[in-house]
Amino acid sequence: MSQPEFRTPDIGIDSVEHQARLLRLWETAPGIRGFFSSVDHKDIGIRYIVTAFVFLALGGIEALVMRLQLAGPNRSLLTPDQYNQLFSTHGMTMIFLYAAPILSGFSNYLWPLLLGSRDMAFPRLNALSYWIYLAAGLFLYAGFLTGNGPNDGWFNYVPNAARDYNPGLNQDFYALGMVLLGISTTVGAANFVVTAFRTRAPGMSINRMPIMIWGTLTASVANILVVPAVSLAFFMLWLDRQFGTQFFDPAGGGQPMMWQHLFWIFGHPWVYAIVLPAMGMVSDGLPVFCRRPLVGFSLVALSTVATMIFGFGVWVHHMFATGLPGLGLSFFSAASIAITIPSAVAVFAWLGTIWLGRPVITTAFLFFASMVLLFVIGGVSGFMTASVPVDWQLTDTYFVVAHLHYVLIGINVFPVVGATYFWFPKMTGRFMNETLGRWNFWTMFAGFNLCFLPMHLTGLLGMPRRVYTYNNYPGWGALNLLTSIGAFVFACGVLLFFINVLKSARTGALAGKNPWDAPSLEWSVPSPPPAYNFSIIPTVASRHPLWEDRLGDHGIVSSLDRGMLLDTHREALASTPLDATPDMILEMPQDSFAPVLLVLGLSVIFIGLLLKVWVAAGAGAVIVIAALISWMWPRRSLLQREPIHG
Amino acid sequence: MGELAVSEPVNLPVGPLGRHGTGWWGAVTLIVSEAALFVYLLFSYFYTAATAHAGWLLEPAPSLTRALPNTLLLLASSVAVWIGERGIIRQHRSQALLSFALALIMGAIFVYVQWLEWQTRSYGLGTSSYASLYYLTTGMHIAHVLVGLIVLAAIVMWTALGYFGPHRYIAVSSAALYWHFVNLVSVLVFAAFYLTPYLGFGR
Repeated sequence: MSQPEFRTPDIGIDSVEHQARLLRLWETAPGIRGFFSSVDHKDIGIRYIVTAFVFLALGGIEALVMRLQLAGPNRSLLTPDQYNQLFSTHGMTMIFLYAAPILSGFSNYLWPLLLGSRDMAFPRLNALSYWIYLAAGLFLYAGFLTGNGPNDGWFNYVPNAARDYNPGLNQDFYALGMVLLGISTTVGAANFVVTAFRTRAPGMSINRMPIMIWGTLTASVANILVVPAVSLAFFMLWLDRQFGTQFFDPAGGGQPMMWQHLFWIFGHPWVYAIVLPAMGMVSDGLPVFCRRPLVGFSLVALSTVATMIFGFGVWVHHMFATGLPGLGLSFFSAASIAITIPSAVAVFAWLGTIWLGRPVITTAFLFFASMVLLFVIGGVSGFMTASVPVDWQLTDTYFVVAHLHYVLIGINVFPVVGATYFWFPKMTGRFMNETLGRWNFWTMFAGFNLCFLPMHLTGLLGMPRRVYTYNNYPGWGALNLLTSIGAFVFACGVLLFFINVLKSARTGALAGKNPWDAPSLEWSVPSPPPAYNFSIIPTVASRHPLWEDRLGDHGIVSSLDRGMLLDTHREALASTPLDATPDMILEMPQDSFAPVLLVLGLSVIFIGLLLKVWVAAGAGAVIVIAALISWMWPRRSLLQREPIHG
Repeated sequence: MGELAVSEPVNLPVGPLGRHGTGWWGAVTLIVSEAALFVYLLFSYFYTAATAHAGWLLEPAPSLTRALPNTLLLLASSVAVWIGERGIIRQHRSQALLSFALALIMGAIFVYVQWLEWQTRSYGLGTSSYASLYYLTTGMHIAHVLVGLIVLAAIVMWTALGYFGPHRYIAVSSAALYWHFVNLVSVLVFAAFYLTPYLGFGR
């Protein structure tokens, strides 16, 4: 059926026939075919979440083995080389394969539901981003399982990572795997940016976007700009190692410091990219349990963006001890100290929300509220090391390890677990068990603090990080034993969480559309949501469309039951970037095998490069080109072609 | 209770109309990321040069005889692609086809001349950090040109099949945008490696 260039969409109300029509248009094919070709953001989001939690478990087990080694002085459970691979793989896993993808998973699942849309802007790109992530994860772990895991820490400084000092395939697995993963992050980020600006429900002007959208949007813009830096650095490292280039080798006029610059130009914005979306989860979730809107909504949104803008200018604080000129250090030190201002804005907004609200103590609330405390502790230790002389004293000690775990576990893992308790009813239609939830929370909270609070002291006593053992200096043994015990308690807490998820998915109490009485659009659709998300395209008149009856300060109220039907094709609505007025009807793609095929080709390329089997790399490139051409082939169904032809 | 906000029935464009569509936004976003890659490549060049000892430049007075015309040729191919896009919009299919094919040939010549340029170099990939940066940056650019050539070939084929017309041509616009970007990068690469030595940088 050929479509005209312009159409006036029918406006109406929901009906059973209408829903049946939409389901026929949007449902993914059943079975194995649907599994590999699905472009439904909800399928992809769940896959991201499950895969990232598997990596969290793997990284956690690696940490536990290290804590056994470090439980007492001079233990010999691990050889130095095994320890090097374990701590490096632990870092790589948690930072690259858990912390960012878990947030992509939640954002993928939630974004169209939060925005009142039927899918992401680029559903196939979304599938591609997941499959590359999976391929890169398997690639990196193939290295680890064959004894070729990364072994110079997750930030992998040269010359340690150069071939002279590191002749195995370890660094080649790591370098190529990171380049591959970078493609996933970049295309995922591009999808989030366009989705945020182009597919919001009518009326959801930019000041009405939920904070979680702000968080992931800000992180995505940063990723688009900084991921190429680390991809380039890893590519140069691989060339240095395998083709004798001289990028980092001073003997050939190369600059070892350039590795650190390129890595941290990426690395520091990345740190914000893996916490800002999680802070957004807290900003959206916490107020629901405080029974009031977030205090300082606009300020929190702006401070999210401000944090990232500062975040681009602080990377040298990872390099204070490298002998750079003092003037440069003071600039980066000042920026690192100033970044506490937007962070403090968010902290006071959360505290104000709890203070002025009537908190309902659920497991989700406990995780969200405890995040504020952990963020403050991690923030203060970060603020301390932002000062150059303090950093000179503390860098490369366990103080920094304590700081980064307070920040990453405190502002990523705690909010993510809280978000799971919060959105699990939406995703599965069932509540998670609250009793088990309390045990889960208190075990994690106690274990975490028992593990990492004493570690500050370990660092102040001067214990260096990344060393496989230590001598029996006064106090070191006891502190490390406490940390190891805490680590195991924390792991038990995470285990309780996984048990709760598995158990509740089958036997949890049934939850309706809006079990928490929450204000945003995802709670206006059934749990779990149908393939098409919204049967009627909603029209939004405020930040809290489902709370308008009680907030009651609006002349105009949102319309969730009456609106555009868009049920003749697989269609979604595009709106203008700032005001979100209806702008265009989008034809959405059907299920597609092109993303899986493309990733297959990419994997063949990277395996070929790793093993230097150029024929394989060439064959992979042919598959990639074929998949891309078939993907981009102008389709009449997507109106990329003139209807008159053929 | 106030008045209900329902979007009024309005006449909306359907699908990508002209260059207006999410695909164009997607192309812009990915181009920004590619642009960042070249920013980091040039950063690496200037950073390494600025911290290197005297005599680091292996080409203190690079010859412009190939590089300058070659860069201009690539810029001219952008004009050809622009004329081709106009041809699609105005339904002059032969004008479009001819222009895209011409741009394809100009791009291929650019790659060939760059190949010749590499052959004249007395140093290889691993001779020094200058050599590594020179080959990596120009090579990365050539890789982008090659992708652009594949895209242009697809556009030529699809134009020949009569897929595009005055309303539906978003693939052409996205491809043209990418090609303009690749050609803009060639100017920056040329300026960094061929012009800044004459300004005294890195000598």
